[in-house]
Amino acid sequence: MSGHSTSEHAKSPLTTYFAVWGALLLGTWLTYEASLLDLGRYNAAVALIIATTKALLVTLFFMHLKGASEKLLKLVVASTIFFLILLLALSMFDYGTRSFS
Amino acid sequence: MAAHTHHHNPALLHHFSTEEQQRNSASFGMWIFLATEVMFFGGLFCAYLIYRHWYFGDFGAASTSINAKLGGANTAVLICSSLTVVLAIWAAQTSRRALMIGMLVLTMLFGLTFLGIKGIEYADKFHEQHVPGASFSFEHVPIPSHPDQYANPRHAEIFFALYFIMTGLHALHMIIGLGIFSWLLWAAWKGRFTPEYHTPLEIGGLYWHFVDIVWIYLFPLLYLIDRHK
Repeated sequence: MSGHSTSEHAKSPLTTYFAVWGALLLGTWLTYEASLLDLGRYNAAVALIIATTKALLVTLFFMHLKGASEKLLKLVVASTIFFLILLLALSMFDYGTRSFS
Repeated sequence: MAAHTHHHNPALLHHFSTEEQQRNSASFGMWIFLATEVMFFGGLFCAYLIYRHWYFGDFGAASTSINAKLGGANTAVLICSSLTVVLAIWAAQTSRRALMIGMLVLTMLFGLTFLGIKGIEYADKFHEQHVPGASFSFEHVPIPSHPDQYANPRHAEIFFALYFIMTGLHALHMIIGLGIFSWLLWAAWKGRFTPEYHTPLEIGGLYWHFVDIVWIYLFPLLYLIDRHK
């Protein structure tokens, strides 16, 4: 058991860091190329999905949200996302369904 | 009374019982600050969404006038700077002083490169008279996918106002980040950071990564809309 945890501890996080860096650069290239394709109404969706994937990679691995032991910290992150979505979604439901003529 | 007997890390403040508790409290405070920053930028993203919805074609016309290659290069520069930040923290955790200092310097160089490219972009916009205000001009620019229609300059001006406010506030965050990293570099040089105590590096890193995330959203929303049309 202790041998296992020692080898876990000894494992360098560098592989993860460089893999995330590569994935982020790949995502940047993908989002640029995708913007040149005509995907109809899905262009914005593809751009936002790629951006959110990149943001998740940064928060989970660079900001170490993955493996964070503090439950309070996860609560702060979850409520941040909740209130941001509340702000954006309610505003867009309002403005998107109004007729201003 | 005066002597605590056990080995005491001088960086451990007396109102914390353990180093881990002190570290967790510091990063928890930073995450709460970042939550307020998300709501702060969130209001601007909300304004962007509403106007993009109203002035859909005008925003497309205005966006395609921005140099997306420079924006893409800046995205790559910021991503590289986020890597050098985690490498600096890793170097502190494994007592590699030279690597830590080198990575902090590289982070700042990437940050300065970002601001330099941003400056080139802003200069282009000044020359093209795309800065909102008295000299703003956006006449006879066709709307993407509707070449027979011109964009409404007043609506395009809203796009450029949002572009300058959002990228400008982001650049201000970069400048503050450079200030924070100057201090971190000085403290690292002085030997303040050890494998046991390098909380300022982690907190500064959280800030830097957050600024990177804001840019990850700004890039497609401001630079890449309607380019395929």
